[in-house]
Amino acid sequence: MTVLCLLERDGDGFAGASLRALSFAAAAAARVGAALVTIVFAGGDGDLADAAATDLAVRGVSELCEVPSAVLAGYAPAAWARTLHELMASDGAVAVIAAATDRGHEVLAHLGAMSGLPVAANCVSAAPASDGGWRLVRQRWAGSLLEDAVLDAPCALLTVVADADADADADADADAGGPGAGVADAGAAGTRTDAGRGPLVRILSPAFEDADLCVVAAESDQAGGGMSLATARVVVGGGRGVGGPEGFAVLEELASLLGGVVGVSRVVTSEGWRPHRQQVGQTGTKISPELYLACGISGAIQHMAGCLGARHIVAVNTDPDAPIISRAEYAVIGDLNEVLPALVAAIRERAPG
Amino acid sequence: MDILVCVKRVPMVGGTIVLTGDGLDIDTRMSGFTVSPHEECAVEEAVRITERDGGSVTVLTLGPPEAAAQLRDMLALGARSGVLLETDGREWGPVATAAAIAEAVEELGTGTFPLVFFGTEAADTGGYQVAVRVAHALRRPCVTGIKRLEVGDGRLRAGRERGGALELFDLPLPAVVSVREGINLPRYPSLPGRLRAKRAEISVLTPRWRTDALRKTGLAVPAGSTQRAQVLGHGIEAVPALVQVLDEIGVLP
Repeated sequence: MTVLCLLERDGDGFAGASLRALSFAAAAAARVGAALVTIVFAGGDGDLADAAATDLAVRGVSELCEVPSAVLAGYAPAAWARTLHELMASDGAVAVIAAATDRGHEVLAHLGAMSGLPVAANCVSAAPASDGGWRLVRQRWAGSLLEDAVLDAPCALLTVVADADADADADADADAGGPGAGVADAGAAGTRTDAGRGPLVRILSPAFEDADLCVVAAESDQAGGGMSLATARVVVGGGRGVGGPEGFAVLEELASLLGGVVGVSRVVTSEGWRPHRQQVGQTGTKISPELYLACGISGAIQHMAGCLGARHIVAVNTDPDAPIISRAEYAVIGDLNEVLPALVAAIRERAPG
Repeated sequence: MDILVCVKRVPMVGGTIVLTGDGLDIDTRMSGFTVSPHEECAVEEAVRITERDGGSVTVLTLGPPEAAAQLRDMLALGARSGVLLETDGREWGPVATAAAIAEAVEELGTGTFPLVFFGTEAADTGGYQVAVRVAHALRRPCVTGIKRLEVGDGRLRAGRERGGALELFDLPLPAVVSVREGINLPRYPSLPGRLRAKRAEISVLTPRWRTDALRKTGLAVPAGSTQRAQVLGHGIEAVPALVQVLDEIGVLP
């Protein structure tokens, strides 16, 4: 019996989102007493660092399945899923877990279609239920709402959100208190191998149908956009209150003064005032800055779903009853067209040059 | 080319989500409904393709009789006909939804729609899987999360954002594509469009209910999402206090 975790690559190591999903998978494996097996699609020419593989043992991984194939390492969603499907059957997997990324969602959706099993996307926690299924907490509305769900399937297919972790998992256990809950120590990993030696490596060479290889990704050098917004330390947000495309000059000025970037609400892009790549929200970019300064933004659910990762939110709004005031830490009640120029002036005065 | 676009009726939530007394649904008595944003872009993309290359756009939804209103909203944007897979209002899971849509596509004639569009994920349930499941049922290739699309010579070239770059897919038609908001800027409905939508006939099919192995048992608004900000002041008089807060956060130059 295994819990299988899909690891996406980042350089010669693993993506951060995948490693967080791995912690989640390790806790789940420990709780059901399953071995933790990981799978990675690598180029097969030593492009995966030994250190990265070795590190997996410390994380409780008993086995690393490597699929050495230059074509697949690029990315081929159905072929990745076919490989997982074979492994799921041969190993008797009780759960297949991936990060809630584009690839994680897509591969698990293919796996769900191949196996006829549902996928629970964007899970925050998963605990085995007494009757053999799983009790899950998953995000709806991009995290603005939480769903309690039961999953009654021979194998749980789960994608895991970035801020879920083994602790959230343990909490779910404590809350539930069912016969199957709280027995295993969430902190203990499933099967440990000696640290420093790495997990056992199994090389897979799965057989594919033509259809599995119909869709293969090619990298392009075209800019995708939205990336600097996702990683910016400061985001100065503008909404309907900015009034029009010309009103963004002062937001740009303030953003550059603070070493940040401008983000906007959905209404701003729907009006065509700014391009969609600057949109923060459920259907735009999710940000995680140190400071989100939200100006003239009412704070609709869909927008706030994009800034759940912001450490501090400060709002500037004319309406003291706007929803953003209930979401922000600090607020200035006033017109951004007056407040921001004064703020820019005050910051310049404070630090000349 | 005729294109089918599958859309979902979702609650129009504003600043807060209010749940029904039993905690199982969103209270929509005061809010109303809309179409998931990604799907509105999918309709726009389909309409643009048919405006350029000919053909027509059909919109399909699975939902209660009232979901016909969302189909008409999409007809007003330029879709030609609507198909409602009518339910009794219960929430359908992803496996059941995909099976019902695939059956409907076959009933409408599998060869009728070389392209079937979806949104990447529904705004409410965010399940990320119906498009892929329908693709498998129809034995078609599928790409998801698409923000750039070119159609021609019986093939698709599709682009998806990955980090700061774009990854590209090239696949043959017929195919299934899920698109993401930002692929285009949807138009506002025109007056003639609205009138046509009002009169358009909507075909109604009744899909078979299937119990999903994934069942919702409750909903909750995350804790800590309603505090109240500390008001630093009004207008420009608040600027010194604001500067101090930004200094404490450590973002001043």
